[in-house]
Amino acid sequence: MPQPRAIASVNDFVVKFANINGSGSASANGLFARAIMRMGIPVACRNIFPSNIQGLPTWYEVRVCEAGWLGRRGGVDLMVAMNPQTWDKDVASIDPGGYLFYDSSKPLPPSKFRDDVNVIGMPITEICNKAYTDARQKQLFKNIIYVGALSSLLGLDPIEVEKLIGEEFRSKAKLIVPNVKAFLLGRDWAREHLAGVQMGLKLQRADKVKDRIFVEGNSAAALGAVYGGATVCAWYPITPSTSVAEAFMRHCAKLRTDPQTGKARYAVVQTEDELASIGVVIGAGWNGARAFTCTSGPGVSLMQEFLGLAYFAEIPSVVFDVQRGGPSTGMPTRTQQSDLLACAYASHGDTKHVLLFPEDPRECFDLGATAFDLADRLQTPVFVMMDLDIGMNDWLCEPFGWDDSRRMDRGKVMTREALEAGKEFGRYLDVDGDGIPYRTHPGTHPARGAYFTRGTSKDRYARYSEEGPIYVDNMQRLLQKFETAREIVPRPVREDAERKTQFGAIYFGSSAASMREALEALRGQGIHLDTLRVRAFPFHDDVSEFIADHGQVFVVEQNRDGQMRTLLVNECGVDPTKLISVLNYDGTPITARFITREIAEKVGVLTPVPLKKRVAR
Amino acid sequence: MTYLAKPKLHHPRLPKNALGHTRRDYEGAVSTLCAGCGHDSISAAIVQACFELDLPPHRIAKLSGIGCSSKTPTYFLGNSHGFNSVHGRMPSVLTGANLANRELVYMGVSGDGDSASIGLGQFAHSIRRAVNMVYVVMNNGVYGLTKGQFSATADKGSKSKRGAVNTDAAIDLVGMALQLGASFVARSFSGDKAQLVPLIKAAILHRGAALIDVISPCVAFNNHEGSTKSFDYVRAHNEAVNRLDFMVERTPIAVDYAPGTAREVVQHDGSTLRLRKLHDDYDPGNRIAAMTFLQERAAAGEIVTGLLYVDPQAGDLHESLNTVDQPLNALGDAELVPGAAALEGINASLR
Repeated sequence: MPQPRAIASVNDFVVKFANINGSGSASANGLFARAIMRMGIPVACRNIFPSNIQGLPTWYEVRVCEAGWLGRRGGVDLMVAMNPQTWDKDVASIDPGGYLFYDSSKPLPPSKFRDDVNVIGMPITEICNKAYTDARQKQLFKNIIYVGALSSLLGLDPIEVEKLIGEEFRSKAKLIVPNVKAFLLGRDWAREHLAGVQMGLKLQRADKVKDRIFVEGNSAAALGAVYGGATVCAWYPITPSTSVAEAFMRHCAKLRTDPQTGKARYAVVQTEDELASIGVVIGAGWNGARAFTCTSGPGVSLMQEFLGLAYFAEIPSVVFDVQRGGPSTGMPTRTQQSDLLACAYASHGDTKHVLLFPEDPRECFDLGATAFDLADRLQTPVFVMMDLDIGMNDWLCEPFGWDDSRRMDRGKVMTREALEAGKEFGRYLDVDGDGIPYRTHPGTHPARGAYFTRGTSKDRYARYSEEGPIYVDNMQRLLQKFETAREIVPRPVREDAERKTQFGAIYFGSSAASMREALEALRGQGIHLDTLRVRAFPFHDDVSEFIADHGQVFVVEQNRDGQMRTLLVNECGVDPTKLISVLNYDGTPITARFITREIAEKVGVLTPVPLKKRVAR
Repeated sequence: MTYLAKPKLHHPRLPKNALGHTRRDYEGAVSTLCAGCGHDSISAAIVQACFELDLPPHRIAKLSGIGCSSKTPTYFLGNSHGFNSVHGRMPSVLTGANLANRELVYMGVSGDGDSASIGLGQFAHSIRRAVNMVYVVMNNGVYGLTKGQFSATADKGSKSKRGAVNTDAAIDLVGMALQLGASFVARSFSGDKAQLVPLIKAAILHRGAALIDVISPCVAFNNHEGSTKSFDYVRAHNEAVNRLDFMVERTPIAVDYAPGTAREVVQHDGSTLRLRKLHDDYDPGNRIAAMTFLQERAAAGEIVTGLLYVDPQAGDLHESLNTVDQPLNALGDAELVPGAAALEGINASLR
C-alpha cells in the first residue's frame, strides 16, 4: 500500500481527542495543552461535551498555533480516537494526510481505516492491563499514557509535563509519582515502538505565550465580580453558567474571608429557581449591596417579570448570561450568541437594558467588575453577555490587571448627612439632567429619605400615580437615562484597514478571535475591511458613525436571526440594506475559515468586476 | 374606604414611647382598602406592636408582593422604606434585602394568593432558609382585587359570594411552615387585636423565619354565610391554644398569673414570651406535637390560633452563611477589593 501524504507542520496544527464522558480524559487532555503552552506556543482549546455525566461521547480540541490565532480553526490534523462509539465519524473528520492515533489492543478490520490518513496504533489497554491491577487505575492511566506517547511523537517537552503534574497534585503529593510514571510509561513505549512512524506534526519551543494566562471566562467573570465589590450572589444551577457561581465561592473563600474572624464578606444563596435568584439580587441591590446572578437563556426567560421591575423601579442588578444554544432547552452544551434581544428588551412594556460583550476571559474580568459600577451609576440591570465558548473553555489571554487607585462608583446615593442638611430628596427626581435620580438606602435617616419602591407608575417623589402626564414624564426620564448610559458604557473598538475600503465589519463577544484571523486571510485575498468590535449596548455614537462611513457593513454573529443586526437597525436608524449578516449558529464556535468564506463570497457578489477585466480573465 | 385626609395635628397628650414617638409616628397613608377590611386591623396591630417595642421606624423595612394585602405597607410605618415587589415574590426580595443589611427589621407582608398560590415556592424556600423576618400572611381565602375568585387557602366546601363551591383542598400555610422548619409559627385573627399585637412583637424580636398567618375576612367577597373565612365563622370556630404576653427584658411588665397556667419562653435577645395556656395538651416547644394537634383540630373543624411553635434559640440564614457582623452593604473598597498584588498571585497560578 502506498504511504499516504503526511501533513507536515511545526507549531501549527489541530489535535482532537475523542473520549467518553466521565473517563477521566479531561485532566490528561488539559495537561497536554498546558504543557504545549509552557513551551511558549499558544494553544486554543475547546471542550465539546454532551449534556450528560457519564458515558456519552466528548471531544477536546487543541489548536496549536504559533501565530497566535485563538479561534476555532476547524478540521483535524491528528485524531486521538479513544471512543469506539464515535470511531467512524472521528476517522472521517481527519484532514487528508492527517494522522489517526488509536488504541490497537483489539484488532480492527481494514475497512475501519482510511488510506489517505496515517495510522498510528498503540496497544494502550494492553499496556495498562500489564502495568496495573486496580481497575480504576487501568482506566485512568490510559489517558496519561497516551499523553506520554504523544509527547514522544510530537516533541512535547517531558520536563514541562512532569512540572505540571507536580503543580497539579501539589496538595495530593502521593499522586505525583504514579502519574509521572504513567506518563513516562507511554513515552518510553512510543520511543521504543513508534520510532519509525512518520509524523510531520512537530512542536518546537517558541516565545509566543509571554506573560499571558490560561483561564476560563466563567472563572474570570466571577473574579471580576469579586473585584467589582459584589457581596451577594444568588443563582440556580444551569449549564453553561454554573461555574460562575462556583468560581465566585472559590475566589471569595480565599479573597473575602475576614482574616480575624474567619467570617464571610459575601453571601451566596443557591435559590429554588431563577425567579428567586433575580429576586434576591434585586432585594440586595435595593438595600445597597452589590449583587448578581449568573444564568443562561432559559433563566433569562424566567427572570423577565423581575427584570422589568428592576428597570422601572430603578434597582442596580447584574446578570451574567452565559449563552447557549436556544430556543427552549435547545442545545444546552453548545455555544450561541442568541439571547441579545431577550436581554436588550427583557420584560413586558417598554424596557431597555444595558448589555456588555466581553471578547475573552480577560474582558469577562474587566467588564464583570465594570458591570457593578454601571449598575450602581445607572440604577438599572446590566447584563454581561458571555457564551459557552468563552465561559467554559480555557483561553489564553492577557493577564488580569487592576489599578489600586480605582474605587467603586456607588452612584447617586443620598447620605444621612445630605438628608440631615435638608437636601431635597425625590426618588425619581432628575436633579442633574442626566435622567439618573438619587436614591437612599433603607435605614439611612430617622425622619427623611424613606420612600416606597413599587412596580406601579409613580411620580417624581415615588408616590403612586396613574396620571398620564406623570407616567410619560417618568418614562421619558428613563429614556434620558438610557442616553446617559450610551455615553458611559465601554466604547467600541475600531480598527481600520491599511487602505481605504467601502466595507466594514461589526463583531462582538467570542467571535473576536476568529474575526481577527479571518481579517488577515481576507487581506491575503485582497479584501480589506475596517472593523468595529461592539462592547456594549446602548450603542455609542461611534457605532452609527462607523456604519455611516461604509457602503456595506458585515455583521458577524452566532445566531440565526441576526439579532445584533436587528438591534443596530432598531437603535441606530440605519438603512437595513447596508447591514449584511454573517451568521454561524450550529452550536460550534464560529471559525475564521467560515467568516473568510462568507465574506469573500459576499464581497465577490457586491463588487461588480468590469466587463473588460472579466473577459481578460 | 375613607376619603378624609388624616389630620396633621396630633393630640398633645398622645402617649409616647421610649423614643418619644407617638403611635401616629408609626402610621402610614390613609388606607384605600374597603371599610371594615380585616387587613386594616392587621396594619393597626403592626403599628401598635412597633410603637410598643420602641422601634425606630427607619430601621424597619417592609416588603410585600401584589394584592390587597400587599398594598397595606403603604398604610403603616410611613417613615420606613417599603417595597411593593411582584406577585408572589416578596420572599426572595426580602431575602436579598436581609443579606445586604442584617441590622434592619424585615417585615414581609403577603396574602393567601400571593403566598399560597403564585408564591408558594418562594414562601416555602424563604422559610426553610431561615431568613430572619416577620412573615405576615393576611389570609382571606379570596382574590379581592380581581373580585372574588377562590384562593388556595379557601377551604374545600367553602362557598363563594356568587354561590360557587370550592372543590379543591386547602393549603394550610401554618402546617407547611411547621414542616418546613420555621422557628416561630403563629395563627391569629384580624378581629383579635389582644392576641395579634403580642404575637407580632414576639415575632419581630425572634431571630429566624417567623410566620404569622392571620385570618382576615374580606368584607367585600368573603364575609357571607357559607364562607369559612368570614368574621362570624372564624369567631365561632376559633380555638385559641394560648394567650401571649410579651416582655422585653428592659421593661419588665408585672404580670401575675396563676402558677401552672403560664409558660415562659426566653428568646435569644433576652426578650421573654409569657404564654398563658388555654389548652392543657398543647406544647408550643414541640414541633411534631404541634403538627399533630393542628391536624386533629382542623379535622374537628376548629381553627387553632395562638403561638403554635417557637424555637427561641433558632439561628438564621446569616448564621448558616457565616457572614460578617457588619452589614454587607456597609463594606467598602478596603474590605471588598483584593487589589493588584493579589491579582498578580492569581495570574501566576494561571500560567
